[in-house]
Amino acid sequence: MKPNLIIGCGAIAQELVALIKANGLQGGLEVTALPAIWHNTPEKILPGLKEKVAAAQASDKYEKIYIGYADCGTGGLLDRYIDEEGLERIGGDHCYAFYAGQARFSELFEQELGTFYLTDYLARHFDRLIIQGYKLDTHPELLPMMFGHYSKLVYLAQVDDPELDELARQAADKLGGLAYERHITGYGELATFVRAAAGGEAG
Amino acid sequence: MSDEDEIILAELNDEELVQQMHDDLYEGLKEEVVEGVEILLDRGWTPYDVLTKALVAGMTIVGIDFRDGILYVPEVLMAANSMKAGMGVLKPLLAETGAPKIGSMVIGTVKGDIHDIGKNLVSMMMEGAGFEVYDIGINNPVENYLEALEEHKPEILGMSALLTTTMPYMKVVVDTLVEKGIRDDYIVLVGGAPLNEEFAENVGADAYCRDAAVAVETAKEWVAKMHNRRASA
Repeated sequence: MKPNLIIGCGAIAQELVALIKANGLQGGLEVTALPAIWHNTPEKILPGLKEKVAAAQASDKYEKIYIGYADCGTGGLLDRYIDEEGLERIGGDHCYAFYAGQARFSELFEQELGTFYLTDYLARHFDRLIIQGYKLDTHPELLPMMFGHYSKLVYLAQVDDPELDELARQAADKLGGLAYERHITGYGELATFVRAAAGGEAG
Repeated sequence: MSDEDEIILAELNDEELVQQMHDDLYEGLKEEVVEGVEILLDRGWTPYDVLTKALVAGMTIVGIDFRDGILYVPEVLMAANSMKAGMGVLKPLLAETGAPKIGSMVIGTVKGDIHDIGKNLVSMMMEGAGFEVYDIGINNPVENYLEALEEHKPEILGMSALLTTTMPYMKVVVDTLVEKGIRDDYIVLVGGAPLNEEFAENVGADAYCRDAAVAVETAKEWVAKMHNRRASA
């Protein structure tokens, strides 16, 4: 029996691997990832994903392919492609939403406009993805143009790690002294998705 | 860059200087752009020519390279900052000397959405192209749009959204205009990263503008159509 494959964003690769191990799914489910930095340029996601899916299909190594992306700023284009190809993806608009759970994320979103969200990955790589990625290290004058309307940073933590908590707190400071909150979400709906993908079911 | 390579803007002829200003705008070199503006004005250029030939033309190149994935948001914002600084010098002079006004626009980000980078770029490029722009900011409920339309009586209503969760609100605004019987009084343009032409059609907008340069061209085209229609009515 061939394994199934999740092609996902690099920002959730570590979590996907952790879930596969935790659920003893090695051998039945594999993971391959695309660059997490595309978080900043969502227009690169679909072409990159198409290439990866085509390569996986051509390899004939996998029974079924799952997509480890939410909409991720592709404005429905990802869904259109997934429908055409008969693939399945994890639900929601962003990783924040599937970690927190769609309903809880909607509540958080409605509670306060101007909230910037971090996950473990984004907390760990905040400087590279956000500060350097948006050139705020060399052009701090861009900060108010990009983040001037944000008032709060919410860190949706997958694991309870004091070091990441501290990094996320520092991130709130770097974005102009945003109010800081941490919610421990665990893996949320990603865990359900991984189990479903291992069983070849709909996520 | 060594001293030998340093470009003295004042020593360039007009054509070279405008070309250099396009490059400086592209690189986001605010001080150099302002210096270029001042030199051209000293040479007797009209503020309107400086605006269109040096700044708007330069920013259009930035817009094209953004659309083609050569430049990204930070570079575009740096360029926009430079253009804004140049426009800061020109604005009072344009008011004094008079510049052709093509039309006017009320623009704002829809309710629930605080993202305004795209909207601000569109506002700036529309101003540069000769539109009077009334920017009502972010997180606008339908009442804000109605109030601004009533107050400024523009030809164009522009709405922007970055989130898939907020973009459906554009339909609420258009439907309200329809209910009030004033939909056809305005050209409705919509934009934002997750939008597309199909969405614009579904919400009842006149056009989707995928970037600031397209917004300017679309606005010009629709305003001309509106004026022709009114003239022949």
